[in-house]
Amino acid sequence: MTRILSLAPTPMRWGGLFIVALAAMLSCKREQRRFRETPPSATAANLVTMSELQPGPAVIEAELRNPYEDNAYAVSEGKRLFDQMNCSGCHSHGGGGIGPPLTDNEWIYGSEPQNIFSTIIEGRPNGMPAFRGKLPNYQIWQLVAYVRALGGIQGKAVRTTRDDHMMYKESEQARDKGHPSPTFVPPTSVKQ
Amino acid sequence: MMPARPRVPTRFASTLSACVVVAFVVGCSGWQSALDPKGPRADAVAKLHWSLVTVAAVVYVIVISALIYALWRGSRRELPDQAHIHRETPEQADTMKRGVVIAVAITAVVMLSFVFTSVSVGSSVARVDGNKPLRIDVVGHQWWWEVKYPDADPHNNFETANEIHVPVGRPVLIKMTAQDVIHSFWAPNIGGKKDLIPGHETVTWFRADSAGVYRGQCAEFCGHEHAKMAFFIVAEPRLEFESWLQKQRGEAPQPTDSLTQAGQKVFLSGPCVMCHTISGTPAAATAGPNLTHLASRRTIAAGTLPNNTGNLAGWILDPQTIKPGVKMPPNQLDPQSLRALLAYLESLK
Repeated sequence: MTRILSLAPTPMRWGGLFIVALAAMLSCKREQRRFRETPPSATAANLVTMSELQPGPAVIEAELRNPYEDNAYAVSEGKRLFDQMNCSGCHSHGGGGIGPPLTDNEWIYGSEPQNIFSTIIEGRPNGMPAFRGKLPNYQIWQLVAYVRALGGIQGKAVRTTRDDHMMYKESEQARDKGHPSPTFVPPTSVKQ
Repeated sequence: MMPARPRVPTRFASTLSACVVVAFVVGCSGWQSALDPKGPRADAVAKLHWSLVTVAAVVYVIVISALIYALWRGSRRELPDQAHIHRETPEQADTMKRGVVIAVAITAVVMLSFVFTSVSVGSSVARVDGNKPLRIDVVGHQWWWEVKYPDADPHNNFETANEIHVPVGRPVLIKMTAQDVIHSFWAPNIGGKKDLIPGHETVTWFRADSAGVYRGQCAEFCGHEHAKMAFFIVAEPRLEFESWLQKQRGEAPQPTDSLTQAGQKVFLSGPCVMCHTISGTPAAATAGPNLTHLASRRTIAAGTLPNNTGNLAGWILDPQTIKPGVKMPPNQLDPQSLRALLAYLESLK
Protein backbone atom coordinates (compact mmCIF):
# COMPACT_ATOMS: atom_id res chain seq x y z
CA MET A 1 0.00 0.00 0.00
CA THR A 2 2.69 2.42 1.02
CA ARG A 3 4.60 1.57 -2.10
CA ILE A 4 1.67 2.54 -4.31
CA LEU A 5 1.10 5.81 -2.47
CA SER A 6 4.72 6.89 -2.27
CA LEU A 7 5.64 9.75 -4.56
CA ALA A 8 9.32 9.05 -4.96
CA PRO A 9 10.59 10.79 -8.09
CA THR A 10 11.10 8.38 -10.94
CA PRO A 11 11.93 9.32 -14.54
CA MET A 12 8.39 8.33 -15.58
CA ARG A 13 6.82 10.63 -12.98
CA TRP A 14 9.10 13.51 -13.89
CA GLY A 15 8.15 13.02 -17.50
CA GLY A 16 4.45 13.01 -16.69
CA LEU A 17 4.78 16.10 -14.53
CA PHE A 18 6.66 17.84 -17.32
CA ILE A 19 3.94 17.08 -19.85
CA VAL A 20 1.19 18.28 -17.48
CA ALA A 21 3.12 21.48 -16.73
CA LEU A 22 3.73 22.05 -20.42
CA ALA A 23 0.03 21.64 -21.21
CA ALA A 24 -0.86 24.05 -18.38
CA MET A 25 1.68 26.59 -19.62
CA LEU A 26 0.42 26.38 -23.18
CA SER A 27 -3.17 26.98 -22.13
CA CYS A 28 -2.01 29.87 -19.93
CA LYS A 29 -0.53 31.52 -22.98
CA ARG A 30 -3.84 31.30 -24.77
CA GLU A 31 -5.66 33.01 -21.88
CA GLN A 32 -2.85 35.35 -20.86
CA ARG A 33 -4.01 38.93 -20.35
CA ARG A 34 -1.24 41.34 -21.11
CA PHE A 35 -2.50 44.70 -19.99
CA ARG A 36 0.69 46.62 -20.19
CA GLU A 37 3.43 45.96 -22.66
CA THR A 38 5.59 47.65 -25.18
CA PRO A 39 3.37 47.97 -28.21
CA PRO A 40 4.58 46.14 -31.29
CA SER A 41 6.39 48.48 -33.63
CA ALA A 42 4.29 50.20 -36.22
CA THR A 43 7.24 50.96 -38.47
CA ALA A 44 7.77 47.27 -39.13
CA ALA A 45 4.43 47.14 -40.89
CA ASN A 46 5.68 49.76 -43.33
CA LEU A 47 7.70 47.02 -44.99
CA VAL A 48 4.43 45.89 -46.53
CA THR A 49 4.02 47.22 -50.04
CA MET A 50 0.99 47.52 -52.23
CA SER A 51 2.85 46.42 -55.34
CA GLU A 52 4.91 43.34 -56.03
CA LEU A 53 7.23 45.42 -58.22
CA GLN A 54 10.05 47.34 -56.58
CA PRO A 55 13.03 49.38 -57.74
CA GLY A 56 16.49 47.98 -57.20
CA PRO A 57 17.20 44.38 -56.26
CA ALA A 58 14.26 42.29 -55.09
CA VAL A 59 14.04 42.12 -51.31
CA ILE A 60 12.20 39.25 -49.68
CA GLU A 61 9.15 40.61 -47.92
CA ALA A 62 9.60 40.53 -44.19
CA GLU A 63 7.46 38.03 -42.37
CA LEU A 64 5.67 39.82 -39.55
CA ARG A 65 3.94 38.03 -36.78
CA ASN A 66 1.02 39.42 -34.85
CA PRO A 67 1.95 39.07 -31.16
CA TYR A 68 -1.72 38.49 -30.39
CA GLU A 69 -2.40 35.79 -32.96
CA ASP A 70 -2.69 33.00 -30.40
CA ASN A 71 -4.28 34.94 -27.59
CA ALA A 72 -7.98 34.55 -26.89
CA TYR A 73 -8.18 37.68 -24.71
CA ALA A 74 -6.67 39.86 -27.44
CA VAL A 75 -9.11 38.45 -29.99
CA SER A 76 -12.08 39.26 -27.77
CA GLU A 77 -10.67 42.75 -27.14
CA GLY A 78 -10.43 43.09 -30.91
CA LYS A 79 -14.06 42.13 -31.15
CA ARG A 80 -15.02 44.80 -28.63
CA LEU A 81 -13.03 47.41 -30.58
CA PHE A 82 -14.55 46.23 -33.86
CA ASP A 83 -17.94 47.30 -32.53
CA GLN A 84 -16.82 50.36 -30.57
CA MET A 85 -14.79 51.81 -33.45
CA ASN A 86 -17.79 51.27 -35.72
CA CYS A 87 -16.09 48.84 -38.09
CA SER A 88 -19.51 47.16 -38.14
CA GLY A 89 -20.90 50.35 -39.62
CA CYS A 90 -19.51 49.27 -43.00
CA HIS A 91 -18.39 45.67 -42.55
CA SER A 92 -21.52 44.69 -40.60
CA HIS A 93 -20.11 42.21 -38.09
CA GLY A 94 -17.93 40.82 -40.85
CA GLY A 95 -20.75 40.24 -43.31
CA GLY A 96 -20.09 43.30 -45.40
CA GLY A 97 -22.41 46.03 -46.61
CA ILE A 98 -20.94 49.39 -47.52
CA GLY A 99 -17.54 47.78 -47.07
CA PRO A 100 -16.42 44.35 -48.24
CA PRO A 101 -17.27 41.26 -46.20
CA LEU A 102 -14.50 39.90 -44.01
CA THR A 103 -15.80 36.37 -43.64
CA ASP A 104 -14.76 35.04 -47.02
CA ASN A 105 -11.45 34.08 -48.56
CA GLU A 106 -11.13 37.00 -50.96
CA TRP A 107 -9.01 39.83 -49.64
CA ILE A 108 -8.48 42.92 -51.80
CA TYR A 109 -5.47 44.15 -49.84
CA GLY A 110 -4.14 40.88 -48.44
CA SER A 111 -5.09 38.71 -45.49
CA GLU A 112 -1.69 38.43 -43.78
CA PRO A 113 -1.52 40.17 -40.39
CA GLN A 114 0.80 42.89 -41.68
CA ASN A 115 -1.53 43.55 -44.65
CA ILE A 116 -4.52 44.01 -42.38
CA PHE A 117 -2.48 46.19 -40.02
CA SER A 118 -1.50 48.45 -42.93
CA THR A 119 -5.07 48.57 -44.19
CA ILE A 120 -6.33 49.77 -40.81
CA ILE A 121 -3.45 52.20 -40.22
CA GLU A 122 -3.36 53.71 -43.71
CA GLY A 123 -6.95 53.41 -44.80
CA ARG A 124 -7.86 52.27 -48.31
CA PRO A 125 -9.40 54.05 -51.28
CA ASN A 126 -13.17 54.32 -51.57
CA GLY A 127 -14.20 54.37 -47.96
CA MET A 128 -11.79 52.76 -45.50
CA PRO A 129 -10.67 55.45 -43.04
CA ALA A 130 -7.10 55.62 -41.73
CA PHE A 131 -6.80 54.93 -37.99
CA ARG A 132 -3.22 56.17 -37.64
CA GLY A 133 -2.90 58.24 -34.48
CA LYS A 134 -6.41 57.36 -33.39
CA LEU A 135 -5.71 53.99 -31.85
CA PRO A 136 -2.54 52.74 -30.18
CA ASN A 137 -0.70 50.10 -32.19
CA TYR A 138 -1.43 47.28 -29.80
CA GLN A 139 -5.17 47.81 -30.18
CA ILE A 140 -4.79 47.71 -33.95
CA TRP A 141 -2.96 44.39 -33.62
CA GLN A 142 -5.88 43.18 -31.49
CA LEU A 143 -8.25 44.24 -34.26
CA VAL A 144 -6.07 42.39 -36.77
CA ALA A 145 -6.31 39.25 -34.65
CA TYR A 146 -10.09 39.55 -34.52
CA VAL A 147 -10.50 40.29 -38.22
CA ARG A 148 -8.55 37.14 -38.99
CA ALA A 149 -10.77 35.24 -36.56
CA LEU A 150 -13.80 36.59 -38.45
CA GLY A 151 -12.43 35.17 -41.65
CA GLY A 152 -11.80 31.81 -40.04
CA ILE A 153 -8.06 32.16 -40.72
CA GLN A 154 -7.24 32.32 -37.04
CA GLY A 155 -6.86 29.11 -35.04
CA LYS A 156 -10.19 27.91 -33.75
CA ALA A 157 -9.08 27.73 -30.11
CA VAL A 158 -8.66 31.49 -29.72
CA ARG A 159 -11.71 32.63 -31.68
CA THR A 160 -14.51 34.32 -29.76
CA THR A 161 -17.51 32.25 -28.79
CA ARG A 162 -20.18 34.77 -27.85
CA ASP A 163 -21.44 38.31 -28.39
CA ASP A 164 -22.14 40.86 -25.68
CA HIS A 165 -25.48 41.53 -27.34
CA MET A 166 -28.10 39.10 -28.63
CA MET A 167 -26.56 36.43 -30.84
CA TYR A 168 -28.14 36.56 -34.29
CA LYS A 169 -25.40 34.74 -36.10
CA GLU A 170 -23.15 31.84 -35.31
CA SER A 171 -20.08 32.62 -33.26
CA GLU A 172 -16.68 33.09 -34.86
CA GLN A 173 -15.59 29.86 -33.28
CA ALA A 174 -18.38 27.89 -34.92
CA ARG A 175 -17.19 28.81 -38.41
CA ASP A 176 -15.23 26.39 -40.50
CA LYS A 177 -11.81 27.34 -41.68
CA GLY A 178 -11.73 28.00 -45.39
CA HIS A 179 -15.47 27.83 -45.70
CA PRO A 180 -16.75 30.83 -43.79
CA SER A 181 -20.50 31.00 -43.95
CA PRO A 182 -22.27 34.25 -44.75
CA THR A 183 -23.75 36.02 -41.74
CA PHE A 184 -26.79 37.20 -43.64
CA VAL A 185 -28.77 35.17 -46.14
CA PRO A 186 -31.24 37.38 -48.02
CA PRO A 187 -34.69 35.85 -48.34
CA THR A 188 -35.28 34.40 -51.78
CA SER A 189 -37.03 37.03 -53.86
CA VAL A 190 -40.39 36.25 -55.35
CA LYS A 191 -40.16 36.01 -59.13
CA GLN A 192 -42.48 38.31 -61.01
CA MET B 1 11.14 22.94 35.08
CA MET B 2 8.37 23.33 32.57
CA PRO B 3 9.30 25.00 29.30
CA ALA B 4 7.54 28.31 28.80
CA ARG B 5 4.35 27.85 26.83
CA PRO B 6 4.28 29.57 23.46
CA ARG B 7 2.31 32.79 23.68
CA VAL B 8 0.82 32.37 20.23
CA PRO B 9 -2.70 31.32 21.29
CA THR B 10 -3.14 34.28 23.65
CA ARG B 11 -1.70 36.68 21.11
CA PHE B 12 -3.99 35.15 18.47
CA ALA B 13 -6.98 35.54 20.77
CA SER B 14 -6.19 39.16 21.60
CA THR B 15 -5.62 39.98 17.92
CA LEU B 16 -8.88 38.29 17.02
CA SER B 17 -10.85 40.16 19.67
CA ALA B 18 -9.20 43.43 18.60
CA CYS B 19 -10.21 42.69 15.02
CA VAL B 20 -13.78 41.98 16.07
CA VAL B 21 -13.95 45.27 17.98
CA VAL B 22 -12.45 47.18 15.06
CA ALA B 23 -14.87 45.49 12.65
CA PHE B 24 -17.79 46.55 14.82
CA VAL B 25 -16.59 50.12 15.12
CA VAL B 26 -15.82 50.42 11.41
CA GLY B 27 -19.05 48.68 10.48
CA CYS B 28 -21.11 51.18 12.43
CA SER B 29 -19.33 54.28 11.16
CA GLY B 30 -20.77 56.06 8.17
CA TRP B 31 -18.58 55.41 5.10
CA GLN B 32 -20.33 52.87 2.90
CA SER B 33 -22.06 51.16 5.80
CA ALA B 34 -25.48 49.54 5.79
CA LEU B 35 -25.63 50.13 9.56
CA ASP B 36 -25.61 53.91 9.14
CA PRO B 37 -28.79 54.36 7.11
CA LYS B 38 -29.51 57.71 5.44
CA GLY B 39 -32.71 56.80 3.66
CA PRO B 40 -35.89 54.78 4.18
CA ARG B 41 -34.72 51.73 2.26
CA ALA B 42 -31.44 51.34 4.09
CA ASP B 43 -33.25 52.23 7.33
CA ALA B 44 -35.73 49.36 6.96
CA VAL B 45 -32.89 46.94 6.22
CA ALA B 46 -30.82 48.19 9.17
CA LYS B 47 -33.81 47.81 11.52
CA LEU B 48 -34.40 44.29 10.22
CA HIS B 49 -30.73 43.54 10.76
CA TRP B 50 -30.73 44.73 14.35
CA SER B 51 -33.98 42.93 15.22
CA LEU B 52 -32.64 39.64 13.84
CA VAL B 53 -29.31 40.12 15.61
CA THR B 54 -31.08 40.92 18.91
CA VAL B 55 -33.33 37.86 18.79
CA ALA B 56 -30.41 35.67 17.75
CA ALA B 57 -28.31 37.06 20.64
CA VAL B 58 -31.06 36.37 23.20
CA VAL B 59 -31.53 32.82 21.87
CA TYR B 60 -27.77 32.28 21.96
CA VAL B 61 -27.50 33.41 25.57
CA ILE B 62 -30.43 31.17 26.62
CA VAL B 63 -29.07 28.10 24.82
CA ILE B 64 -25.54 28.55 26.12
CA SER B 65 -26.79 29.16 29.67
CA ALA B 66 -28.89 26.00 29.52
CA LEU B 67 -25.91 24.06 28.23
CA ILE B 68 -23.62 25.36 30.97
CA TYR B 69 -26.28 24.60 33.60
CA ALA B 70 -26.70 21.06 32.29
CA LEU B 71 -22.95 20.45 32.33
CA TRP B 72 -22.65 21.87 35.82
CA ARG B 73 -25.55 19.78 37.13
CA GLY B 74 -24.27 16.66 35.39
CA SER B 75 -20.80 17.06 36.87
CA ARG B 76 -22.24 17.23 40.42
CA ARG B 77 -24.35 14.11 40.04
CA GLU B 78 -22.88 10.76 40.92
CA LEU B 79 -22.43 8.46 37.95
CA PRO B 80 -25.19 5.86 37.87
CA ASP B 81 -24.19 2.27 37.39
CA GLN B 82 -24.58 0.77 33.91
CA ALA B 83 -27.87 -0.89 34.68
CA HIS B 84 -29.68 2.36 35.41
CA ILE B 85 -28.23 4.61 32.79
CA HIS B 86 -31.17 4.67 30.36
CA ARG B 87 -33.95 4.08 32.77
CA GLU B 88 -36.09 7.03 33.75
CA THR B 89 -39.41 7.02 35.48
CA PRO B 90 -42.45 7.61 33.19
CA GLU B 91 -42.92 11.04 34.85
CA GLN B 92 -39.37 12.03 33.99
CA ALA B 93 -39.81 10.86 30.42
CA ASP B 94 -43.00 12.91 30.07
CA THR B 95 -41.33 16.04 31.37
CA MET B 96 -38.43 15.66 28.96
CA LYS B 97 -40.75 15.06 26.04
CA ARG B 98 -42.75 18.15 26.93
CA GLY B 99 -39.55 20.17 27.19
CA VAL B 100 -38.41 19.11 23.74
CA VAL B 101 -41.81 19.83 22.17
CA ILE B 102 -41.94 23.31 23.71
CA ALA B 103 -38.37 24.12 22.61
CA VAL B 104 -39.07 22.96 19.03
CA ALA B 105 -42.32 24.94 18.94
CA ILE B 106 -40.60 28.14 20.15
CA THR B 107 -37.81 27.65 17.60
CA ALA B 108 -40.33 27.15 14.80
CA VAL B 109 -42.26 30.27 15.82
CA VAL B 110 -39.05 32.35 15.96
CA MET B 111 -37.85 31.09 12.59
CA LEU B 112 -41.23 31.66 10.93
CA SER B 113 -41.42 35.18 12.36
CA PHE B 114 -37.95 35.80 10.86
CA VAL B 115 -39.26 34.69 7.48
CA PHE B 116 -42.35 36.89 7.70
CA THR B 117 -40.40 39.94 8.87
CA SER B 118 -37.75 39.69 6.18
CA VAL B 119 -40.28 39.06 3.42
CA SER B 120 -42.44 42.00 4.54
CA VAL B 121 -39.40 44.30 4.80
CA GLY B 122 -38.33 43.11 1.36
CA SER B 123 -41.67 43.93 -0.20
CA SER B 124 -41.97 47.26 1.64
CA VAL B 125 -38.59 48.52 0.38
CA ALA B 126 -39.46 47.47 -3.16
CA ARG B 127 -42.45 49.84 -3.29
CA VAL B 128 -41.64 53.30 -4.63
CA ASP B 129 -42.48 55.81 -1.95
CA GLY B 130 -44.22 58.99 -3.04
CA ASN B 131 -45.12 60.20 -6.50
CA LYS B 132 -43.22 62.25 -9.06
CA PRO B 133 -39.90 60.62 -8.46
CA LEU B 134 -36.77 61.94 -10.15
CA ARG B 135 -35.83 59.57 -12.96
CA ILE B 136 -32.23 58.65 -13.62
CA ASP B 137 -30.89 56.03 -16.02
CA VAL B 138 -27.79 54.08 -15.08
CA VAL B 139 -25.78 51.87 -17.43
CA GLY B 140 -23.11 49.58 -16.02
CA HIS B 141 -19.88 49.24 -17.98
CA GLN B 142 -16.63 47.44 -17.30
CA TRP B 143 -15.71 49.25 -15.01
CA TRP B 144 -17.61 52.47 -14.61
CA TRP B 145 -21.13 53.81 -14.28
CA GLU B 146 -22.84 55.82 -16.99
CA VAL B 147 -25.45 58.13 -15.46
CA LYS B 148 -28.12 59.78 -17.61
CA TYR B 149 -30.63 62.41 -16.58
CA PRO B 150 -33.54 62.19 -19.02
CA ASP B 151 -35.91 65.14 -19.31
CA ALA B 152 -39.21 65.85 -21.08
CA ASP B 153 -37.29 68.39 -23.15
CA PRO B 154 -34.57 66.46 -24.98
CA HIS B 155 -32.34 69.55 -24.99
CA ASN B 156 -32.02 69.07 -21.26
CA ASN B 157 -30.78 65.49 -21.44
CA PHE B 158 -27.23 65.03 -20.30
CA GLU B 159 -24.86 62.29 -19.28
CA THR B 160 -22.26 62.07 -16.58
CA ALA B 161 -20.31 59.26 -14.97
CA ASN B 162 -19.78 57.67 -11.57
CA GLU B 163 -21.51 60.47 -9.68
CA ILE B 164 -25.25 60.54 -9.04
CA HIS B 165 -26.47 63.87 -7.75
CA VAL B 166 -29.90 63.76 -6.12
CA PRO B 167 -32.02 66.24 -4.15
CA VAL B 168 -32.48 65.46 -0.46
CA GLY B 169 -35.90 64.05 0.43
CA ARG B 170 -37.14 63.36 -3.10
CA PRO B 171 -37.58 59.75 -4.21
CA VAL B 172 -35.32 58.77 -7.09
CA LEU B 173 -36.31 56.11 -9.60
CA ILE B 174 -33.35 54.44 -11.26
CA LYS B 175 -33.72 52.47 -14.48
CA MET B 176 -30.70 50.31 -15.04
CA THR B 177 -29.13 48.09 -17.63
CA ALA B 178 -25.62 46.89 -18.44
CA GLN B 179 -23.48 47.15 -21.52
CA ASP B 180 -21.35 44.05 -21.18
CA VAL B 181 -21.75 41.80 -18.14
CA ILE B 182 -23.96 41.76 -15.04
CA HIS B 183 -23.19 44.48 -12.50
CA SER B 184 -24.99 45.35 -9.28
CA PHE B 185 -25.93 48.73 -7.85
CA TRP B 186 -25.34 49.05 -4.13
CA ALA B 187 -24.97 52.12 -1.96
CA PRO B 188 -25.22 50.63 1.54
CA ASN B 189 -26.17 53.89 3.29
CA ILE B 190 -28.98 54.58 0.84
CA GLY B 191 -30.24 51.32 -0.64
CA GLY B 192 -29.79 48.54 -3.14
CA LYS B 193 -28.75 46.02 -4.22
CA LYS B 194 -30.17 45.61 -7.66
CA ASP B 195 -28.52 43.87 -10.57
CA LEU B 196 -27.84 45.56 -13.91
CA ILE B 197 -28.38 43.00 -16.62
CA PRO B 198 -27.31 43.29 -20.28
CA GLY B 199 -30.27 43.53 -22.63
CA HIS B 200 -32.76 43.89 -19.80
CA GLU B 201 -34.04 46.82 -17.77
CA THR B 202 -34.28 46.68 -14.00
CA VAL B 203 -35.69 49.34 -11.72
CA THR B 204 -34.81 50.42 -8.21
CA TRP B 205 -35.54 53.48 -6.15
CA PHE B 206 -34.11 55.28 -3.15
CA ARG B 207 -34.45 58.45 -1.17
CA ALA B 208 -31.64 60.25 0.61
CA ASP B 209 -32.92 61.87 3.80
CA SER B 210 -29.86 63.88 4.71
CA ALA B 211 -27.32 65.73 2.61
CA GLY B 212 -23.96 64.09 2.12
CA VAL B 213 -21.77 62.02 -0.17
CA TYR B 214 -22.40 58.29 -0.03
CA ARG B 215 -20.13 55.76 -1.62
CA GLY B 216 -21.58 52.91 -3.61
CA GLN B 217 -19.93 49.91 -5.16
CA CYS B 218 -20.57 47.31 -7.81
CA ALA B 219 -21.79 44.29 -5.88
CA GLU B 220 -21.63 41.63 -8.56
CA PHE B 221 -18.22 40.38 -9.63
CA CYS B 222 -17.76 41.75 -13.12
CA GLY B 223 -14.13 41.24 -14.09
CA HIS B 224 -10.65 42.45 -13.29
CA GLU B 225 -11.48 45.88 -11.93
CA HIS B 226 -14.70 45.00 -10.12
CA ALA B 227 -13.18 46.40 -6.91
CA LYS B 228 -12.43 49.72 -8.58
CA MET B 229 -15.96 50.22 -9.84
CA ALA B 230 -17.33 52.66 -7.32
CA PHE B 231 -19.80 55.50 -7.58
CA PHE B 232 -20.99 58.30 -5.36
CA ILE B 233 -24.46 59.43 -4.47
CA VAL B 234 -24.24 63.14 -3.78
CA ALA B 235 -27.37 64.22 -1.90
CA GLU B 236 -27.82 67.98 -1.95
CA PRO B 237 -30.50 70.45 -0.84
CA ARG B 238 -32.98 71.14 -3.64
CA LEU B 239 -31.58 74.53 -4.71
CA GLU B 240 -28.02 73.28 -4.86
CA PHE B 241 -29.19 70.30 -6.88
CA GLU B 242 -31.09 72.55 -9.32
CA SER B 243 -28.03 74.71 -9.92
CA TRP B 244 -25.91 71.59 -10.49
CA LEU B 245 -28.54 70.38 -12.97
CA GLN B 246 -28.47 73.68 -14.86
CA LYS B 247 -24.71 73.59 -15.08
CA GLN B 248 -24.56 70.00 -16.28
CA ARG B 249 -27.19 70.64 -18.94
CA GLY B 250 -24.97 73.23 -20.56
CA GLU B 251 -22.30 72.50 -23.12
CA ALA B 252 -18.66 72.38 -22.15
CA PRO B 253 -17.07 75.82 -21.87
CA GLN B 254 -15.09 76.78 -24.97
CA PRO B 255 -11.36 77.20 -24.38
CA THR B 256 -10.37 80.84 -24.00
CA ASP B 257 -6.58 80.98 -23.73
CA SER B 258 -4.00 79.52 -26.08
CA LEU B 259 -3.01 76.67 -23.73
CA THR B 260 -6.54 75.28 -23.38
CA GLN B 261 -7.13 75.81 -27.08
CA ALA B 262 -4.05 73.71 -27.81
CA GLY B 263 -5.34 71.13 -25.33
CA GLN B 264 -8.66 70.90 -27.12
CA LYS B 265 -6.79 70.33 -30.35
CA VAL B 266 -4.82 67.49 -28.73
CA PHE B 267 -8.06 65.98 -27.50
CA LEU B 268 -9.84 66.22 -30.84
CA SER B 269 -6.96 65.04 -33.02
CA GLY B 270 -5.72 62.21 -30.81
CA PRO B 271 -7.10 58.91 -29.62
CA CYS B 272 -9.24 60.55 -26.86
CA VAL B 273 -11.92 61.45 -29.36
CA MET B 274 -12.43 57.81 -30.36
CA CYS B 275 -14.12 56.96 -27.05
CA HIS B 276 -15.19 60.13 -25.23
CA THR B 277 -17.80 62.83 -25.66
CA ILE B 278 -17.39 66.51 -24.86
CA SER B 279 -20.62 68.28 -25.78
CA GLY B 280 -20.11 71.47 -27.77
CA THR B 281 -17.21 69.87 -29.64
CA PRO B 282 -17.12 67.25 -32.43
CA ALA B 283 -16.16 64.63 -29.84
CA ALA B 284 -19.24 62.42 -29.58
CA ALA B 285 -18.10 58.84 -28.99
CA THR B 286 -19.81 56.75 -26.34
CA ALA B 287 -17.37 53.93 -25.59
CA GLY B 288 -15.92 55.75 -22.57
CA PRO B 289 -17.31 58.13 -19.96
CA ASN B 290 -18.73 61.48 -21.05
CA LEU B 291 -16.17 64.18 -20.15
CA THR B 292 -18.28 67.30 -20.75
CA HIS B 293 -18.00 68.48 -17.13
CA LEU B 294 -15.09 66.33 -16.03
CA ALA B 295 -13.57 68.98 -13.77
CA SER B 296 -16.74 69.14 -11.67
CA ARG B 297 -16.36 65.52 -10.58
CA ARG B 298 -14.72 64.40 -7.37
CA THR B 299 -12.87 61.36 -8.67
CA ILE B 300 -11.57 59.80 -11.86
CA ALA B 301 -11.67 56.18 -12.99
CA ALA B 302 -14.87 55.32 -11.06
CA GLY B 303 -13.76 56.39 -7.61
CA THR B 304 -10.21 55.09 -8.01
CA LEU B 305 -8.35 58.40 -7.62
CA PRO B 306 -9.19 61.93 -6.50
CA ASN B 307 -9.64 64.21 -9.51
CA ASN B 308 -6.55 66.42 -9.60
CA THR B 309 -3.89 67.37 -12.14
CA GLY B 310 -1.30 64.81 -11.11
CA ASN B 311 -3.71 61.88 -11.04
CA LEU B 312 -5.24 62.93 -14.33
CA ALA B 313 -1.79 63.08 -15.95
CA GLY B 314 -0.88 59.63 -14.62
CA TRP B 315 -4.21 58.28 -15.75
CA ILE B 316 -3.91 59.62 -19.31
CA LEU B 317 -0.34 58.39 -19.77
CA ASP B 318 -0.62 54.98 -18.16
CA PRO B 319 -4.03 53.89 -16.93
CA GLN B 320 -2.95 50.24 -17.07
CA THR B 321 -0.74 50.73 -14.02
CA ILE B 322 -3.46 52.43 -12.00
CA LYS B 323 -6.28 50.10 -13.03
CA PRO B 324 -4.86 47.07 -14.88
CA GLY B 325 -7.20 45.76 -17.53
CA VAL B 326 -9.19 48.97 -17.88
CA LYS B 327 -10.40 49.60 -21.41
CA MET B 328 -8.52 52.90 -21.69
CA PRO B 329 -5.20 52.44 -23.52
CA PRO B 330 -1.95 54.14 -22.53
CA ASN B 331 -1.26 57.32 -24.48
CA GLN B 332 2.09 58.63 -25.60
CA LEU B 333 2.10 62.42 -25.41
CA ASP B 334 4.94 64.89 -25.46
CA PRO B 335 5.14 67.16 -22.39
CA GLN B 336 3.68 70.24 -24.10
CA SER B 337 0.71 68.33 -25.45
CA LEU B 338 0.09 66.69 -22.08
CA ARG B 339 0.21 70.02 -20.25
CA ALA B 340 -2.16 71.59 -22.75
CA LEU B 341 -4.53 68.61 -22.58
CA LEU B 342 -4.56 68.73 -18.77
CA ALA B 343 -5.27 72.46 -18.80
CA TYR B 344 -8.15 71.88 -21.20
CA LEU B 345 -9.63 69.00 -19.21
CA GLU B 346 -9.40 71.00 -16.00
CA SER B 347 -11.26 73.86 -17.64
CA LEU B 348 -14.28 71.59 -18.18
CA LYS B 349 -16.06 72.74 -15.05
